[in-house]
Amino acid sequence: MLSDDLKSMFDRVIARYPLKRSAIVPLLLFAQDELGYISDEAIEEIARRVEVPPIEVVEDIGYYSMLHRHPIGKYNFQVCTNVSCQLLGGEEILAHCSKRLGIGHKQTTSDGQFSLEEVECLGACCGAPAMQVNYDFYENLTPERVDRLIEELKANGRAR
Amino acid sequence: MADSQQTVTLTIDGQPVTVPAGTLLIEAAKQASIEVPSFCYYPGYTLQGACRMCMVSIEKMSKLQTACTTVVANGMVVNTQNAEVVNGRKAMLEFLLTNHPLDCPVCDKGGECELQDAVFRYGAAETRFVETKHHQDELKFSNLVYYDRPRCILCYRCIRVCDEGMDVNAYGIGFRGSHSEIIPNRGEELECEECGMCIDICPVGALTSGTYRYKTRPWEMEYTGTICNHCGDGCKTTLSVRNNAIIRANNRDHSGFNGEFLCAKGRFGWDFVNSEKRLTAPLVRHNGSQAASSWEDALDLTVRRLQGVMEKHGPGAVAVIGSNRTSNEENYLLQRFARTVLRTNHVDHHRTADFSTLVAALSESKATDRYATMQDLGEARSILLIGSDPTHQHPLLAFKIRQAVRDHKARLYIVNSADIKLALRQAATFVKLGAGEEAMAVRDLASGDGPEAIGSLREKLGGESDTIIIFGDEVQGDSIRELVGWGLSLPGNTRFIALGDYANSRGAADMGLLPGTLPGYQPLSSEAERSRYAAVWGAPIASEPGRNLRQILEGIEAGDIHALLVFGSNPVKTFELLREHLARLDLLMVSELFNTETTEFADVVLPAASFAEKSGSVTNTCGQVQAIKKTMRKAGTRSDLEIILGLARELGSPLAYRTAEDVLREIITHVPGYNVALPSLLVGRAVPTRPNGAPPALERNDLVISSHDTLFTSGTVSRFSWALNSVNEAKRPHGHIF
Repeated sequence: MLSDDLKSMFDRVIARYPLKRSAIVPLLLFAQDELGYISDEAIEEIARRVEVPPIEVVEDIGYYSMLHRHPIGKYNFQVCTNVSCQLLGGEEILAHCSKRLGIGHKQTTSDGQFSLEEVECLGACCGAPAMQVNYDFYENLTPERVDRLIEELKANGRAR
Repeated sequence: MADSQQTVTLTIDGQPVTVPAGTLLIEAAKQASIEVPSFCYYPGYTLQGACRMCMVSIEKMSKLQTACTTVVANGMVVNTQNAEVVNGRKAMLEFLLTNHPLDCPVCDKGGECELQDAVFRYGAAETRFVETKHHQDELKFSNLVYYDRPRCILCYRCIRVCDEGMDVNAYGIGFRGSHSEIIPNRGEELECEECGMCIDICPVGALTSGTYRYKTRPWEMEYTGTICNHCGDGCKTTLSVRNNAIIRANNRDHSGFNGEFLCAKGRFGWDFVNSEKRLTAPLVRHNGSQAASSWEDALDLTVRRLQGVMEKHGPGAVAVIGSNRTSNEENYLLQRFARTVLRTNHVDHHRTADFSTLVAALSESKATDRYATMQDLGEARSILLIGSDPTHQHPLLAFKIRQAVRDHKARLYIVNSADIKLALRQAATFVKLGAGEEAMAVRDLASGDGPEAIGSLREKLGGESDTIIIFGDEVQGDSIRELVGWGLSLPGNTRFIALGDYANSRGAADMGLLPGTLPGYQPLSSEAERSRYAAVWGAPIASEPGRNLRQILEGIEAGDIHALLVFGSNPVKTFELLREHLARLDLLMVSELFNTETTEFADVVLPAASFAEKSGSVTNTCGQVQAIKKTMRKAGTRSDLEIILGLARELGSPLAYRTAEDVLREIITHVPGYNVALPSLLVGRAVPTRPNGAPPALERNDLVISSHDTLFTSGTVSRFSWALNSVNEAKRPHGHIF
C-alpha cells in the first residue's frame, strides 16, 4: 500500500512538469524511498497517474541501476571503484565489504540489513576512496573505518 | 501527412525524382526503384531512426543522413551508392553483428532474414570484433512467442506494432546500452492478444513462433495465398505447407487489405486442419452405433433414406442447413441442390448478421454503392459503430478502425452496452447503453427523439461527412431500415458494414442459403426470378415458401421434417436441439471436419475437406469476394462441393459442374451484384460486390444470432486448435481488455 503522503507527493511532483510523463523518474525515487524498492503496485499507480502504459515505467526502472524492483538491504553500500577511488584503494574497500558482509555485488545479507554494490564515480574524488550508504557519503575509507561503520550501523542505525 | 497538392523534385543517384511534399527520402528512393536498406523503418508506424542502416549521402550536408527520417526538399541531391555510403553500411552491419550470433543455419529466419540479406548485399566479410560474444538464453514469453536475446538488433518494430497497430502495449525496452533487450509486460511473460504481429514484423530471428520454430527451412515449404477461415473479416494469409501439413500462416507478401496483419486465430489457429481428430472416413449408424464406412455405402444409405422420406412424406419433409464457412460455390450449389433436386425450399443457415435487410434497405434507396470495404474503413474520417466488440470478434476491422484514428484522425463514435476497448481508447464519443438497448438507440437516432446523449451524437454526426456505419447482430430487421434511412440522410457518402461472424457468413446469405431468397437476394416469391433461375438450372423451382431455421427445428419437433442434411454447422450446440427430437428423424446426415454435438446424433457423417483443402471463393462481412486456394490434401475427405455433386448424381439428377470454377462462372454470370472480374479474383484481389435485391423481411428476432466469439474461439473448430487453447489469455473472461 502506498501512503497518502506519497500519493499527495505524486500530485505535487506531476504538477511541476509540462508533460506528465516527465515525472516518472522522480516519482519512482519517492516510491523507492518509502517502500525500499519499486513494487508492482507502485508501477501501476505511477503509470496511471502519468498516463502511460505500465511497461514504460518498467523500461525506466531497467534503465537506471539505482532503481530496484526487489527489496534490498536497509543499508545499501555503494562502493566506488572508478579511477580516483581505484588509485587510492577502492577495490580493496569493495573486497573488504564483500568479505565482511559475506555478499557480492548486487547482493543482500540474509538478515536484510546490508546490500553491496560496485558503482561508478560518486563525484567524491577529493575524499577517495569513497562510498555512499543510502543517501550518506563516507570518505577516506580504510578497512578499519568500514568495520567501525558496519558496527555503528548495526548498533545505532546511524554513523558518522 | 503529405500535401498532395505540392510536389518536390530532387535527384537521387543522378535520377530526377518528383514526389509529394512531405515524402520521406527512403520512400522517394523506393519510388525511383532505388533500394535503401533499413531495419527499423516500417511504413505505417512511427519513425525510430534506431538502426542507422539507411544512411545516405546528401550534398551540402556534412555527415551521412538517415533516409528514413529525412523529408525530401526541392533540389536535394542524394547519393545512395558512393564510397562513403558503402563504407557506412558495412560499418553498421559489422556493428550489428558484433553480438549477433551467426546461428543462421538453425535460425527460423535463415533464408528470409532481412539482416542476412543485408549482410549478403552490403556487408563486409570481416569483423574487427574479437571479444567473446555475450550469450544469453532464449526466453519464452508465451506458448506462441519466444525471444532470442542475442539475435535482437533493437529495431523497436515489435514495440511499435504492438503499441500503435494493436494498442496493446505489451513490449518495452529493458536495461541499457549493450544489455538492452525487449521486455514483456508481465514480468517474464506476455499478456496480450497473442496476434504474433511482433514475430512477423521482426527483421531477424529474435522473436519466433511457438508453432513454427525449428520445424523447417523457409525454402522447404510450399506457399499458397488464401483466405483465413475464422472470422468474417477475410484476411489474406499464406499457408506454408511441408509434407502435406500446414506449418505456418502469415501474410507472407503482405498483400490484401490486411497487409502485415493477422490475429491469433489467423496466425496460429489454422492448426485444427492438422488435428488428429479430423474425420477421415464416413461414419454410418447401424443398430444404434456409428461405425466407419466407405464413401459409397455412406452416400448410398443417405440417398436411399432421402428417397424413402420423399416418397412417403413428399419433398417438404426434407430440410437443409448450410454453413458459414463453406465457399460461395458450395453454398450456391447447396441451395440449388435443395431447390431443384430435393425440390424443397427448406434451406437456411446459422445467420450471424442480418445481411438481407441491409441489402433490401440499400436497394430500395437505390444506394447499392454504399457498401463500405475494409480499405474504405482504414481511410475513413468518421466512423459510427453500434454494438459488437470488434477487438474480439473482428480483429482486422478493429485494426483498421485504429488505423483510421491514428493516421487520419478519424472521429470514432460508439454506441454500445459494454465498455469495449475501442470505446475506452479510441472513441471520440461513447454512448453507453443498457443491455439490449441498441435497437432503441437506432430508433432514437433516426427519429431525433430520445435521451440527450443520443441527440448530441446525432448532432455531431450531422457535422461529419462520409461516415461509415458499422453494426453488429444487435441491429437487425426494421432497425437496419431505420439506420439506413437515417444514415443516408447524413452529409456525404455514408456507407455501411454489417458484422457477421465467420469466413463466409456473408457468402451464405449472398448465395441464397435462405428459405425465401434466391442467390443475390432475389425473392423466391418473384415468379420472374424463379423462372430466371429455373432456366439457368434447367429445372423448375417450387414456389412454396421454405421454412427458416427455427421453423425447421420446430418441424423436426413436430414430426413434419423427416430428413435433415447439415453441412458444416453445429445446430445442436448453437440452437440447443434436443436428442429426443432428433431421434424422430429418418435421416440426419452431417458433413463435418470433426465430431461435434450434432454429428453425435447423425445417421451418416461425411468427413469434409477444410478450407485449406479446396478451392473456391468466400465473401467477407463487407461483401468483398476473395479466392481461396487448395493448399494440401487430406486423405479420406471430400469437399462439400464433391459431396453435393455426389448426392445429386446418386439421386439420379446429376448437376453439370465439375469444378468450383464452373460454379463460380455461373455465379458471376447470373447472380446480381456478383458480376466480378474473374481474373481479378484469381490473382488474389478482394473484389467488392454490390448486391441489389428485394429479399423478404426478417421473419422473427431469434434467427440472427452472433456467436460473440473471442480472440481465441471460432465456433466449433477452435476446440481442435492446440495453439488457441494453449495461451493463458484464452482463459480470461469474455471481453477482457489486453
